[in-house]
Amino acid sequence: MAVASLCDVVVTAGSFPLLSGVTLTLEPTVTYVITGSNGAGKTSLLRLLAGLEAPSRGSGTVLGFDICSSQRRELRRHVGWLGHEMSFYADLSPVENLKFAARTTGADVAAITPALDRVGLAQRSKVPMKFLSAGQQRRVSMAWFMVRRPQLWLMDEPYASLDDEGRDLLSELLVTAQTSGATIVLTSHGLLPPEIDAASIVMVGGRIAKVAS
Amino acid sequence: MIRLVLLVAQKDLLIERRSRVLLWQVAPFGLMTLVLCGLAVGPTASTQARLAPGLFYIVLTLVSLLVINRTSQLESSRGTVTSIQILGMDPGSVFLGKALAMWVQLATVGSALLVGTTVLLHVSVRAAVLTLPVLLLASATLSLAGVLYGRIAASSANAGTLLPALALPAFAPVLIAGERAFSSLVVASPLARWVWLLSVALVAYASVGLLLYGALEES
Repeated sequence: MAVASLCDVVVTAGSFPLLSGVTLTLEPTVTYVITGSNGAGKTSLLRLLAGLEAPSRGSGTVLGFDICSSQRRELRRHVGWLGHEMSFYADLSPVENLKFAARTTGADVAAITPALDRVGLAQRSKVPMKFLSAGQQRRVSMAWFMVRRPQLWLMDEPYASLDDEGRDLLSELLVTAQTSGATIVLTSHGLLPPEIDAASIVMVGGRIAKVAS
Repeated sequence: MIRLVLLVAQKDLLIERRSRVLLWQVAPFGLMTLVLCGLAVGPTASTQARLAPGLFYIVLTLVSLLVINRTSQLESSRGTVTSIQILGMDPGSVFLGKALAMWVQLATVGSALLVGTTVLLHVSVRAAVLTLPVLLLASATLSLAGVLYGRIAASSANAGTLLPALALPAFAPVLIAGERAFSSLVVASPLARWVWLLSVALVAYASVGLLLYGALEES
Protein backbone atom coordinates (compact mmCIF):
# COMPACT_ATOMS: atom_id res chain seq x y z
CA MET A 1 0.00 0.00 0.00
CA ALA A 2 1.33 3.45 -0.94
CA VAL A 3 2.46 5.76 1.85
CA ALA A 4 1.02 8.74 0.02
CA SER A 5 -1.24 9.06 -2.96
CA LEU A 6 -2.03 12.51 -4.37
CA CYS A 7 -4.34 13.16 -7.29
CA ASP A 8 -4.41 16.54 -9.05
CA VAL A 9 -3.88 18.43 -5.80
CA VAL A 10 -3.95 22.21 -5.85
CA VAL A 11 -2.78 24.27 -2.87
CA THR A 12 -3.15 28.03 -2.82
CA ALA A 13 -2.08 30.87 -0.55
CA GLY A 14 -4.87 33.38 -1.07
CA SER A 15 -5.22 33.38 -4.84
CA PHE A 16 -1.56 32.44 -5.43
CA PRO A 17 -1.05 28.79 -6.41
CA LEU A 18 1.65 27.02 -4.39
CA LEU A 19 0.98 23.61 -5.95
CA SER A 20 -0.78 23.39 -9.32
CA GLY A 21 -2.21 19.93 -9.87
CA VAL A 22 0.21 17.55 -8.18
CA THR A 23 -0.27 13.84 -8.83
CA LEU A 24 2.18 11.61 -7.00
CA THR A 25 2.52 8.22 -5.34
CA LEU A 26 5.08 7.53 -2.63
CA GLU A 27 6.03 3.91 -1.94
CA PRO A 28 6.99 2.64 1.52
CA THR A 29 10.62 2.36 2.69
CA VAL A 30 11.87 4.54 -0.14
CA THR A 31 13.86 7.76 0.23
CA TYR A 32 12.75 10.56 -2.08
CA VAL A 33 14.61 13.76 -2.77
CA ILE A 34 12.62 16.71 -4.12
CA THR A 35 14.64 19.10 -6.25
CA GLY A 36 13.73 22.29 -8.07
CA SER A 37 14.51 25.96 -8.19
CA ASN A 38 13.42 28.46 -5.53
CA GLY A 39 9.63 28.75 -5.46
CA ALA A 40 9.12 25.48 -7.34
CA GLY A 41 6.87 24.19 -4.55
CA LYS A 42 9.23 21.84 -2.69
CA THR A 43 8.39 23.06 0.81
CA SER A 44 4.69 23.33 -0.04
CA LEU A 45 4.68 19.69 -1.14
CA LEU A 46 6.36 18.67 2.13
CA ARG A 47 3.81 20.71 4.11
CA LEU A 48 0.98 19.06 2.18
CA LEU A 49 2.38 15.62 3.00
CA ALA A 50 2.62 16.63 6.67
CA GLY A 51 -1.02 17.68 6.78
CA LEU A 52 -0.04 21.30 7.32
CA GLU A 53 -1.66 22.58 4.13
CA ALA A 54 -5.22 21.93 3.01
CA PRO A 55 -5.80 21.24 -0.69
CA SER A 56 -8.19 23.62 -2.37
CA ARG A 57 -8.75 21.03 -5.12
CA GLY A 58 -7.92 17.40 -5.78
CA SER A 59 -7.75 14.47 -3.39
CA GLY A 60 -5.20 12.41 -1.56
CA THR A 61 -4.25 10.24 1.36
CA VAL A 62 -1.07 10.15 3.41
CA LEU A 63 -0.47 7.17 5.73
CA GLY A 64 -4.11 6.32 5.15
CA PHE A 65 -5.40 9.71 6.34
CA ASP A 66 -7.53 11.83 4.03
CA ILE A 67 -5.65 15.14 3.63
CA CYS A 68 -8.82 16.89 2.44
CA SER A 69 -10.62 16.32 5.75
CA SER A 70 -10.05 16.97 9.42
CA GLN A 71 -7.97 13.76 9.46
CA ARG A 72 -5.04 16.05 8.56
CA ARG A 73 -4.66 16.87 12.26
CA GLU A 74 -4.38 13.19 13.16
CA LEU A 75 -1.92 12.61 10.29
CA ARG A 76 0.50 15.14 11.83
CA ARG A 77 1.04 12.91 14.83
CA HIS A 78 2.50 10.23 12.56
CA VAL A 79 5.02 12.28 10.59
CA GLY A 80 8.35 13.78 11.56
CA TRP A 81 9.07 17.32 10.43
CA LEU A 82 12.32 19.22 10.06
CA GLY A 83 11.93 22.68 8.57
CA HIS A 84 14.16 25.64 7.79
CA GLU A 85 13.38 27.64 10.92
CA MET A 86 14.14 26.94 14.56
CA SER A 87 11.20 24.88 15.73
CA PHE A 88 11.81 24.78 19.47
CA TYR A 89 11.17 27.15 22.37
CA ALA A 90 14.22 29.39 22.59
CA ASP A 91 14.15 29.74 26.40
CA LEU A 92 13.96 26.01 27.03
CA SER A 93 16.84 23.55 26.81
CA PRO A 94 16.95 20.63 24.35
CA VAL A 95 15.96 18.22 27.14
CA GLU A 96 13.00 20.39 28.20
CA ASN A 97 11.83 20.89 24.61
CA LEU A 98 12.02 17.20 23.82
CA LYS A 99 10.36 16.20 27.11
CA PHE A 100 7.44 18.51 26.35
CA ALA A 101 7.11 17.10 22.83
CA ALA A 102 7.43 13.50 24.05
CA ARG A 103 4.86 13.91 26.82
CA THR A 104 2.31 15.51 24.49
CA THR A 105 2.70 12.79 21.86
CA GLY A 106 3.19 9.80 24.14
CA ALA A 107 6.74 9.17 22.90
CA ASP A 108 9.31 7.49 25.13
CA VAL A 109 10.79 10.12 27.47
CA ALA A 110 13.55 7.72 28.50
CA ALA A 111 14.87 7.73 24.93
CA ILE A 112 15.66 11.47 25.04
CA THR A 113 18.98 11.41 26.88
CA PRO A 114 20.48 8.60 24.74
CA ALA A 115 19.29 10.38 21.58
CA LEU A 116 20.89 13.69 22.59
CA ASP A 117 24.02 11.78 23.48
CA ARG A 118 23.96 10.11 20.06
CA VAL A 119 23.80 13.47 18.23
CA GLY A 120 26.69 14.82 20.29
CA LEU A 121 24.73 17.19 22.52
CA ALA A 122 25.13 15.47 25.89
CA GLN A 123 27.14 18.40 27.24
CA ARG A 124 24.73 21.02 25.85
CA SER A 125 21.48 19.27 26.69
CA LYS A 126 20.58 21.72 29.47
CA VAL A 127 21.56 24.93 27.68
CA PRO A 128 18.67 27.09 26.40
CA MET A 129 18.11 26.59 22.67
CA LYS A 130 18.78 30.26 21.94
CA PHE A 131 22.42 29.74 22.89
CA LEU A 132 22.91 26.82 20.47
CA SER A 133 24.19 27.26 16.93
CA ALA A 134 21.97 26.55 13.91
CA GLY A 135 23.78 23.25 13.39
CA GLN A 136 23.28 22.23 17.02
CA GLN A 137 19.59 23.09 16.78
CA ARG A 138 19.39 20.80 13.74
CA ARG A 139 20.97 18.07 15.83
CA VAL A 140 18.22 18.51 18.43
CA SER A 141 15.71 17.95 15.63
CA MET A 142 17.60 14.80 14.64
CA ALA A 143 17.40 13.60 18.26
CA TRP A 144 13.64 14.19 18.18
CA PHE A 145 13.32 11.98 15.08
CA MET A 146 15.23 9.26 16.97
CA VAL A 147 12.86 9.56 19.93
CA ARG A 148 9.68 9.86 17.86
CA ARG A 149 10.49 7.23 15.19
CA PRO A 150 7.86 8.54 12.74
CA GLN A 151 6.58 6.47 9.85
CA LEU A 152 7.11 9.31 7.40
CA TRP A 153 10.14 11.61 7.62
CA LEU A 154 9.72 15.01 6.01
CA MET A 155 12.86 17.13 5.94
CA ASP A 156 13.37 20.50 4.30
CA GLU A 157 17.04 20.97 3.38
CA PRO A 158 18.17 18.73 6.25
CA TYR A 159 21.89 19.00 5.43
CA ALA A 160 21.88 22.82 5.66
CA SER A 161 23.90 24.26 8.59
CA LEU A 162 25.48 20.90 9.45
CA ASP A 163 29.23 20.35 9.67
CA ASP A 164 30.89 17.25 8.18
CA GLU A 165 30.32 15.22 11.33
CA GLY A 166 26.69 16.31 11.46
CA ARG A 167 26.18 15.40 7.79
CA ASP A 168 27.64 11.93 8.39
CA LEU A 169 25.42 11.51 11.43
CA LEU A 170 22.31 12.54 9.49
CA SER A 171 23.16 10.19 6.62
CA GLU A 172 23.58 7.33 9.07
CA LEU A 173 20.27 8.22 10.69
CA LEU A 174 18.46 8.29 7.33
CA VAL A 175 19.90 4.95 6.22
CA THR A 176 18.95 3.36 9.56
CA ALA A 177 15.43 4.81 9.38
CA GLN A 178 14.90 3.54 5.85
CA THR A 179 16.17 0.09 6.82
CA SER A 180 13.72 0.03 9.73
CA GLY A 181 10.77 0.70 7.45
CA ALA A 182 10.39 4.48 7.37
CA THR A 183 9.69 6.47 4.23
CA ILE A 184 11.77 9.61 3.84
CA VAL A 185 11.05 12.68 1.74
CA LEU A 186 13.60 15.48 1.75
CA THR A 187 14.36 18.53 -0.30
CA SER A 188 17.81 19.46 -1.45
CA HIS A 189 19.51 22.06 -3.60
CA GLY A 190 22.81 20.18 -3.64
CA LEU A 191 24.06 16.67 -4.17
CA LEU A 192 23.17 14.12 -1.53
CA PRO A 193 25.91 12.01 0.08
CA PRO A 194 26.57 8.81 -1.93
CA GLU A 195 25.24 6.53 0.82
CA ILE A 196 21.74 8.00 0.37
CA ASP A 197 20.02 6.03 -2.37
CA ALA A 198 17.10 8.28 -3.25
CA ALA A 199 14.44 8.44 -5.92
CA SER A 200 14.20 11.88 -7.45
CA ILE A 201 11.16 14.15 -7.73
CA VAL A 202 11.76 17.23 -9.87
CA MET A 203 9.41 20.17 -9.38
CA VAL A 204 8.86 23.13 -11.70
CA GLY A 205 6.33 25.91 -11.06
CA GLY A 206 4.30 24.02 -8.48
CA ARG A 207 4.05 20.87 -10.61
CA ILE A 208 5.83 17.53 -10.66
CA ALA A 209 8.01 17.64 -13.78
CA LYS A 210 9.64 14.26 -13.39
CA VAL A 211 9.88 11.29 -11.01
CA ALA A 212 12.89 9.02 -11.41
CA SER A 213 13.90 6.05 -9.27
CA MET B 1 -7.32 16.43 28.36
CA ILE B 2 -6.42 17.64 31.88
CA ARG B 3 -2.94 16.14 31.50
CA LEU B 4 -2.37 18.07 28.28
CA VAL B 5 -3.75 21.29 29.81
CA LEU B 6 -1.28 20.96 32.69
CA LEU B 7 1.62 20.15 30.32
CA VAL B 8 0.98 23.26 28.24
CA ALA B 9 0.59 25.46 31.33
CA GLN B 10 3.73 24.01 32.90
CA LYS B 11 5.69 24.69 29.71
CA ASP B 12 4.56 28.33 29.49
CA LEU B 13 5.33 28.92 33.17
CA LEU B 14 8.75 27.32 32.82
CA ILE B 15 9.52 29.67 29.93
CA GLU B 16 8.40 32.60 32.09
CA ARG B 17 10.57 31.43 34.97
CA ARG B 18 13.56 31.33 32.63
CA SER B 19 12.98 34.64 30.90
CA ARG B 20 11.72 36.53 34.01
CA VAL B 21 9.79 38.96 31.79
CA LEU B 22 6.99 39.13 34.37
CA LEU B 23 9.34 39.95 37.22
CA TRP B 24 11.63 42.47 35.54
CA GLN B 25 9.37 44.08 32.94
CA VAL B 26 5.65 43.54 33.47
CA ALA B 27 5.39 43.96 37.26
CA PRO B 28 7.59 47.11 37.36
CA PHE B 29 5.53 48.57 34.50
CA GLY B 30 2.32 47.94 36.45
CA LEU B 31 3.65 49.44 39.66
CA MET B 32 5.06 52.50 37.86
CA THR B 33 1.71 53.06 36.14
CA LEU B 34 -0.01 52.82 39.51
CA VAL B 35 2.36 55.48 40.92
CA LEU B 36 1.62 57.73 37.94
CA CYS B 37 -2.12 57.24 38.46
CA GLY B 38 -1.69 58.28 42.10
CA LEU B 39 0.16 61.42 41.02
CA ALA B 40 -2.44 62.19 38.35
CA VAL B 41 -5.41 62.20 40.76
CA GLY B 42 -3.68 64.44 43.29
CA PRO B 43 -2.52 64.06 46.89
CA THR B 44 -5.91 63.91 48.64
CA ALA B 45 -6.16 60.48 50.26
CA SER B 46 -9.96 60.27 50.12
CA THR B 47 -9.99 61.05 46.36
CA GLN B 48 -7.30 58.46 45.72
CA ALA B 49 -9.20 55.82 47.72
CA ARG B 50 -12.44 56.61 45.88
CA LEU B 51 -10.81 56.29 42.44
CA ALA B 52 -8.50 53.41 43.38
CA PRO B 53 -10.72 50.52 42.15
CA GLY B 54 -11.04 52.01 38.67
CA LEU B 55 -7.34 52.87 38.46
CA PHE B 56 -6.43 49.39 39.69
CA TYR B 57 -8.46 47.69 36.96
CA ILE B 58 -7.16 50.01 34.24
CA VAL B 59 -3.59 49.15 35.25
CA LEU B 60 -4.47 45.44 35.42
CA THR B 61 -5.91 45.66 31.90
CA LEU B 62 -2.74 47.33 30.56
CA VAL B 63 -0.60 44.72 32.29
CA SER B 64 -2.79 42.00 30.77
CA LEU B 65 -2.01 43.28 27.29
CA LEU B 66 1.72 42.89 27.96
CA VAL B 67 1.28 39.36 29.31
CA ILE B 68 -0.96 38.36 26.39
CA ASN B 69 1.51 39.77 23.89
CA ARG B 70 4.35 37.90 25.55
CA THR B 71 2.41 34.61 25.69
CA SER B 72 1.39 34.93 22.03
CA GLN B 73 4.99 35.60 20.99
CA LEU B 74 6.12 32.24 22.38
CA GLU B 75 4.53 30.55 19.38
CA SER B 76 4.78 33.37 16.85
CA SER B 77 7.68 32.17 14.69
CA ARG B 78 6.76 30.02 11.72
CA GLY B 79 9.05 27.23 12.86
CA THR B 80 7.49 26.99 16.32
CA VAL B 81 3.96 27.21 14.91
CA THR B 82 4.74 24.30 12.60
CA SER B 83 6.34 22.17 15.28
CA ILE B 84 3.35 22.71 17.58
CA GLN B 85 0.99 21.79 14.76
CA ILE B 86 3.01 18.64 14.07
CA LEU B 87 2.52 17.52 17.66
CA GLY B 88 -1.19 17.31 16.80
CA MET B 89 -2.34 18.50 20.23
CA ASP B 90 -6.01 18.96 21.00
CA PRO B 91 -6.63 22.72 20.44
CA GLY B 92 -9.05 22.97 23.36
CA SER B 93 -6.39 21.66 25.72
CA VAL B 94 -3.83 24.09 24.32
CA PHE B 95 -6.28 26.97 24.80
CA LEU B 96 -7.04 26.05 28.40
CA GLY B 97 -3.38 25.30 29.19
CA LYS B 98 -2.22 28.67 27.92
CA ALA B 99 -5.07 30.41 29.76
CA LEU B 100 -4.13 28.60 32.98
CA ALA B 101 -0.51 29.76 32.71
CA MET B 102 -1.63 33.30 31.93
CA TRP B 103 -4.02 33.25 34.88
CA VAL B 104 -1.19 32.31 37.26
CA GLN B 105 0.87 35.21 35.90
CA LEU B 106 -1.96 37.76 35.98
CA ALA B 107 -3.09 36.71 39.45
CA THR B 108 0.49 37.10 40.70
CA VAL B 109 0.97 40.55 39.18
CA GLY B 110 -2.58 41.53 40.16
CA SER B 111 -1.88 40.63 43.80
CA ALA B 112 1.28 42.75 43.75
CA LEU B 113 -0.71 45.62 42.24
CA LEU B 114 -3.34 45.21 44.94
CA VAL B 115 -0.66 45.67 47.60
CA GLY B 116 0.55 48.71 45.65
CA THR B 117 -3.01 50.08 45.55
CA THR B 118 -3.31 49.72 49.32
CA VAL B 119 -0.02 51.52 49.92
CA LEU B 120 -0.15 54.18 47.21
CA LEU B 121 -3.87 54.89 46.85
CA HIS B 122 -4.95 54.45 50.49
CA VAL B 123 -7.47 51.64 50.01
CA SER B 124 -8.24 49.80 53.26
CA VAL B 125 -6.45 46.50 53.78
CA ARG B 126 -9.80 44.87 54.51
CA ALA B 127 -11.26 45.89 51.14
CA ALA B 128 -8.09 44.77 49.35
CA VAL B 129 -8.15 41.34 51.02
CA LEU B 130 -11.87 40.88 50.38
CA THR B 131 -11.48 41.77 46.70
CA LEU B 132 -8.84 39.07 46.17
CA PRO B 133 -11.39 36.38 45.10
CA VAL B 134 -12.90 38.90 42.65
CA LEU B 135 -9.41 39.61 41.31
CA LEU B 136 -8.85 35.87 40.76
CA LEU B 137 -12.14 35.64 38.88
CA ALA B 138 -11.43 38.76 36.81
CA SER B 139 -7.88 37.65 35.93
CA ALA B 140 -9.19 34.21 34.90
CA THR B 141 -11.68 35.90 32.56
CA LEU B 142 -8.98 38.21 31.19
CA SER B 143 -6.74 35.18 30.59
CA LEU B 144 -9.36 33.27 28.63
CA ALA B 145 -10.20 36.31 26.51
CA GLY B 146 -6.50 37.14 26.22
CA VAL B 147 -5.46 33.77 24.81
CA LEU B 148 -8.29 33.97 22.29
CA TYR B 149 -7.54 37.52 21.12
CA GLY B 150 -3.79 36.91 21.31
CA ARG B 151 -4.22 34.06 18.84
CA ILE B 152 -6.31 36.22 16.52
CA ALA B 153 -3.76 39.06 16.62
CA ALA B 154 -0.83 36.65 16.17
CA SER B 155 -1.98 35.85 12.65
CA SER B 156 -1.32 39.48 11.70
CA ALA B 157 2.09 40.97 10.94
CA ASN B 158 1.16 43.88 13.25
CA ALA B 159 0.21 41.78 16.25
CA GLY B 160 1.63 44.21 18.83
CA THR B 161 -0.59 47.10 17.76
CA LEU B 162 -3.58 45.04 16.66
CA LEU B 163 -3.95 43.28 20.00
CA PRO B 164 -5.02 46.34 22.08
CA ALA B 165 -7.50 47.41 19.40
CA LEU B 166 -9.09 43.95 19.39
CA ALA B 167 -8.86 43.06 23.04
CA LEU B 168 -9.73 46.26 24.93
CA PRO B 169 -13.41 46.30 23.86
CA ALA B 170 -13.64 42.64 24.88
CA PHE B 171 -12.11 43.47 28.27
CA ALA B 172 -14.72 46.16 28.99
CA PRO B 173 -17.19 43.88 30.86
CA VAL B 174 -14.36 42.55 33.04
CA LEU B 175 -13.08 46.06 33.71
CA ILE B 176 -16.54 47.36 34.63
CA ALA B 177 -17.57 44.37 36.76
CA GLY B 178 -14.22 44.19 38.53
CA GLU B 179 -14.18 47.89 39.29
CA ARG B 180 -17.79 47.89 40.51
CA ALA B 181 -17.17 44.88 42.75
CA PHE B 182 -14.03 46.46 44.22
CA SER B 183 -15.85 49.79 44.74
CA SER B 184 -18.71 47.95 46.43
CA LEU B 185 -16.23 46.54 48.93
CA VAL B 186 -14.70 49.97 49.54
CA VAL B 187 -18.10 51.55 50.32
CA ALA B 188 -19.59 48.33 51.79
CA SER B 189 -22.44 47.80 49.31
CA PRO B 190 -23.67 44.54 47.63
CA LEU B 191 -21.43 43.15 44.91
CA ALA B 192 -23.16 39.89 43.95
CA ARG B 193 -24.40 41.08 40.54
CA TRP B 194 -20.88 42.14 39.51
CA VAL B 195 -19.46 38.79 40.50
CA TRP B 196 -22.29 37.22 38.51
CA LEU B 197 -21.36 39.33 35.44
CA LEU B 198 -17.72 38.26 35.75
CA SER B 199 -18.77 34.60 36.00
CA VAL B 200 -20.94 34.90 32.88
CA ALA B 201 -18.04 36.51 30.98
CA LEU B 202 -15.71 33.73 32.13
CA VAL B 203 -18.04 30.99 30.91
CA ALA B 204 -18.65 32.84 27.63
CA TYR B 205 -14.95 33.29 26.82
CA ALA B 206 -14.14 29.72 27.83
CA SER B 207 -16.88 28.39 25.54
CA VAL B 208 -15.94 30.58 22.57
CA GLY B 209 -12.26 29.73 23.03
CA LEU B 210 -12.89 25.98 23.15
CA LEU B 211 -14.99 26.24 20.01
CA LEU B 212 -12.77 28.53 17.96
CA TYR B 213 -9.16 28.02 19.04
CA GLY B 214 -8.58 25.09 16.69
CA ALA B 215 -9.83 27.05 13.69
CA LEU B 216 -7.67 30.03 14.69
CA GLU B 217 -4.60 27.80 14.94
CA GLU B 218 -5.22 26.50 11.46
CA SER B 219 -5.64 29.99 10.02
